Amino acid sequence: MAEKVLMKGNEAIAEAAIRAGCMHYFGYPITPQTEIAAYMAKRMPKIGGVFLQAESEIAAINMVYGVAGTGLRVMTSSSSPGVSLKGEGISYLAGSDLPALIVNVQRGGPGLGGIQPSQSDYFQATRGGGHGDYHLIVMAPASVQEMADMTAKCFDLSDKYRVPAMILADGTLGQMMEPVVLPEPTDYKPNKPWAVTGTECKRKHNIINSLYLKPEQLEQTNFERYERYKAIEENEPLWEEFMMEDAEVCVAAFGIAARVSKNAIMAARAEGIKVGMIRPITLWPFPKKPFKAAADKCKAFISVELSMGQMIEDVQLATECKRPVTLCNRTGGMIPSPEEVLEAIKKAAGGNK
Amino acid sequence: MAVVFQKPKSLTDAPLHYCPGCTHGIIHRLVAEAIDELQIEGKTIGVAPVGCAVMAYDYFACDMVEAAHGRAPAVATGLKRALPENIIFTYQGDGDLASIGMAETVHAATRNENITVIFVNNAIYGMTGGQMAPTSLPGQVTQTSPYGRDTATVGFPIRVSEMLATLDGPEFIQRVAVNNVKNVNAAKKAIKKAFQNQIEGKGFSLIEVVSSCPTNWGMTPKKALEWVEEKMIPYYPLGVYKDRSANKEEK
Repeated sequence: MAEKVLMKGNEAIAEAAIRAGCMHYFGYPITPQTEIAAYMAKRMPKIGGVFLQAESEIAAINMVYGVAGTGLRVMTSSSSPGVSLKGEGISYLAGSDLPALIVNVQRGGPGLGGIQPSQSDYFQATRGGGHGDYHLIVMAPASVQEMADMTAKCFDLSDKYRVPAMILADGTLGQMMEPVVLPEPTDYKPNKPWAVTGTECKRKHNIINSLYLKPEQLEQTNFERYERYKAIEENEPLWEEFMMEDAEVCVAAFGIAARVSKNAIMAARAEGIKVGMIRPITLWPFPKKPFKAAADKCKAFISVELSMGQMIEDVQLATECKRPVTLCNRTGGMIPSPEEVLEAIKKAAGGNK
Repeated sequence: MAVVFQKPKSLTDAPLHYCPGCTHGIIHRLVAEAIDELQIEGKTIGVAPVGCAVMAYDYFACDMVEAAHGRAPAVATGLKRALPENIIFTYQGDGDLASIGMAETVHAATRNENITVIFVNNAIYGMTGGQMAPTSLPGQVTQTSPYGRDTATVGFPIRVSEMLATLDGPEFIQRVAVNNVKNVNAAKKAIKKAFQNQIEGKGFSLIEVVSSCPTNWGMTPKKALEWVEEKMIPYYPLGVYKDRSANKEEK
């Protein structure tokens, strides 16, 4: 069995990325994700990789675009305001069908917001974030172990579908230390015939591009991309079910909110309330299936979020509004306490008796 | 019959979309000739801008990447860091390089990123129909400066070559023009040197090409070239602004 090490979530992402064969990192300092850049700055020069502190988030994501075009694994990381700046480049990555990993260790917003943990970039992440018709593969870790595992998974899925992937974490997960088993190093060798690597005068030139002046062509390209999205929605949703077997109330929560919710659920169970949780692990594709099934047996849903209520809309959609969905939330960098979630559970359990 | 003149290998057969009298065609040719002569077509990757040259990816026969507006130097940085043995160039206009992409330009220069930048300065936004550019001359009439560029309210044109030459980073900065045969020949030499520098690992080389836009200047092609000589070149003097290796050798 592999050795457990004690690491911060942000560092676990960085080391897992290197082990997944990502030898290029571009970033710009912003709290609370700076440990990723610091780790890369220390490690990359020692292993023949590239760490470059870009002049801006915009430049960083476009450097990512350049490396992604060559077929190599590449990543950037930032926090909410910085991810907004990357939005342009993320849209271009999606439009040019380039794989890459973007990490968002969220902080409160809007605007400059704060530096405390938040989940208020859910809409931005799951709806694309930039302009145009596109999605990212979005994964939401709830532990340092998942920070590491999802990094490897994101690179694999991103390559497989030629869709950029995002890890949507938050300041708590980024900063907290937990024991983690790091994934085994992989010897990644790209096999991407579309990549720009120089023609060697042996083939027609490859072009990385998102411009289609003929609307029929752009429409067709978008149709084809959405066929891939359809395959992702069919094959890749991930979720965890916690005490759902006999649950009458269903909590929906991801990331740090799910950990708080687990404590509240245990407390509620101790009081005899039949409550469980569905934790989306992929936020896009959203795990619609378990929610749809739960809507037939649970009488109420609670969306626990560190935002003014964003995922709640996906819960309503997935449950086809068959049952009431209430919101239990804090925002601006505040985290709901287990007691607050417990109150919400009691209300949901009792309110419909 | 002996072939005395032909299309460079590094250009495709795609017909150029540029307006009659536009000098982009000449500059494309000069870049392609340099690539051919240095025999680097097979390992060259070009980065196209947003602007009139956006479809340069169809015209150059090497691998190409289409960048977001102004971001070509950042994209080129990624390409070069990923593939240090390949030859990476960007081809950008004045709005792309000196307005929306100024930060990317300055920082690629100050890092002495080992890339070649072809900067086409025609003092106007061509593709969007002739708006004021960061390099539009004082008094120049454009769609968004219909009474002439008023320096009191919108400031002065940016002399990119002079500005970048103040940095310690960049290897080579030269301003050339393509308004007559003599200048075209000098431009060719400069562009080739900018690629040669990269092959030798010397670093960031930028060639500013003073160019014309007859359509959006509202002039005949001939008149536009005269305007380059009479108005543009006096404001943007031609010459080598920085040549670090040459200066080192002198010392």
